Amino acid sequence: MNLGVLFSGGKDSTLALWKARQTDTVTCLISVLSRNEESYMFHTPNIDIVRLQAEAMELPLIQETTDGVKEEELIDLERAIEKAKIIYSIEGVATGAVESVYQAERVQRICHNLDVWCFNPLWLRNQEALLYEIVEAGFHVIISGVFAYPLSEEWLGRVLDRAVIRQLVELQKLHGISPSGEGGEIETTVLDAPFFRKRIEVTDFEIVFDKYSGKFIIREAHLVEK
Amino acid sequence: MILIINLNQGNLGFNEFCLPVYDIVSKIEECTIQHYTSAKVSSSFSRIILSGTPLMDNEYLNSIEDFQWLKSCTIPVLGICAGMQVMGLVFGSSLVPCLEIGMTHVTTLKENALVSSSFSAYSLHRYGIIPSSDFDVLARSTLCVQVVKHARRDLYGVLFHPEVRNKEVVREFVTAGSA
Repeated sequence: MNLGVLFSGGKDSTLALWKARQTDTVTCLISVLSRNEESYMFHTPNIDIVRLQAEAMELPLIQETTDGVKEEELIDLERAIEKAKIIYSIEGVATGAVESVYQAERVQRICHNLDVWCFNPLWLRNQEALLYEIVEAGFHVIISGVFAYPLSEEWLGRVLDRAVIRQLVELQKLHGISPSGEGGEIETTVLDAPFFRKRIEVTDFEIVFDKYSGKFIIREAHLVEK
Repeated sequence: MILIINLNQGNLGFNEFCLPVYDIVSKIEECTIQHYTSAKVSSSFSRIILSGTPLMDNEYLNSIEDFQWLKSCTIPVLGICAGMQVMGLVFGSSLVPCLEIGMTHVTTLKENALVSSSFSAYSLHRYGIIPSSDFDVLARSTLCVQVVKHARRDLYGVLFHPEVRNKEVVREFVTAGSA
């Protein structure tokens, strides 16, 4: 089946893409760039890097911009999926939804309206197990946003590895933080994955942090041979 | 040993609709997953669960003959969404268009082993059933019959997806399940 993947550039949508590629044909990425940093639907930090990620994967990208107004942003998502259906003949969509009924329900409705399949290959999977799967599969992921106590500035830009996972799981026990950031506690950016033809090298960045909320903003990055 | 029967056409649906049920069940009892086209139902299983499928996956409806074993099955069975639809069809119920996507209010109509009072549940289906006289209707939403039980056997159907927000329904079936 030809699939479009709802792609934010973070670990979950990249893992969903990887799983979708194993059984189906991913013909494009679909991304919605939100102007609203508090978007209910879309991951925002470093979403501009999605274009570079698409290039690294040699996949076409449908990118729509939204003001990120709750519910109205769904119209923008529907437009993006419809474009993917017309241009890249997608028959289905795959998402990186893990636990959010809010997101899953809305994407399901859009797919139903457009008569395309909707798959959530990470749905309800154990978050810690997903993190280990990402690391063990060889994804290169950095933490590009932190949005909850006690995550400090030092977390920004850290590479997701086994030690980081252990710390996140510990924070879950102590502070109830979702280790995979399902509650919006952390955001990630994928710089390399097994199916990337090239990897992304960050050459300039800025860290912005205030009161347990911060971002690793990629100012400049380019593709390099693997 | 509990048998989960996979009603999905492909692996992505399997990940989404079988593995979450497996995760709940395997914490209680050993379980295995088989596809409906090759499932070997035997008395070695203590319970059987029929999985759900993606909204667009209705291929199982073309293979109702693969589920005729339900007619003589004495093992407790829980059909989830698509699983409830096939269970209904095997026993003469009708399939009717009934779209519900997302959290749905469900009201219990008759005391039973799986659900009680009113609750919210995650629904994802395009079809519901009009149950034949073989079934008791145990719960419903505004639009659809949500929970049924065969009048004489421990065959339960739930149209909502208990693995999402009502895991206790699956646990209850696995640990008790008998009326």
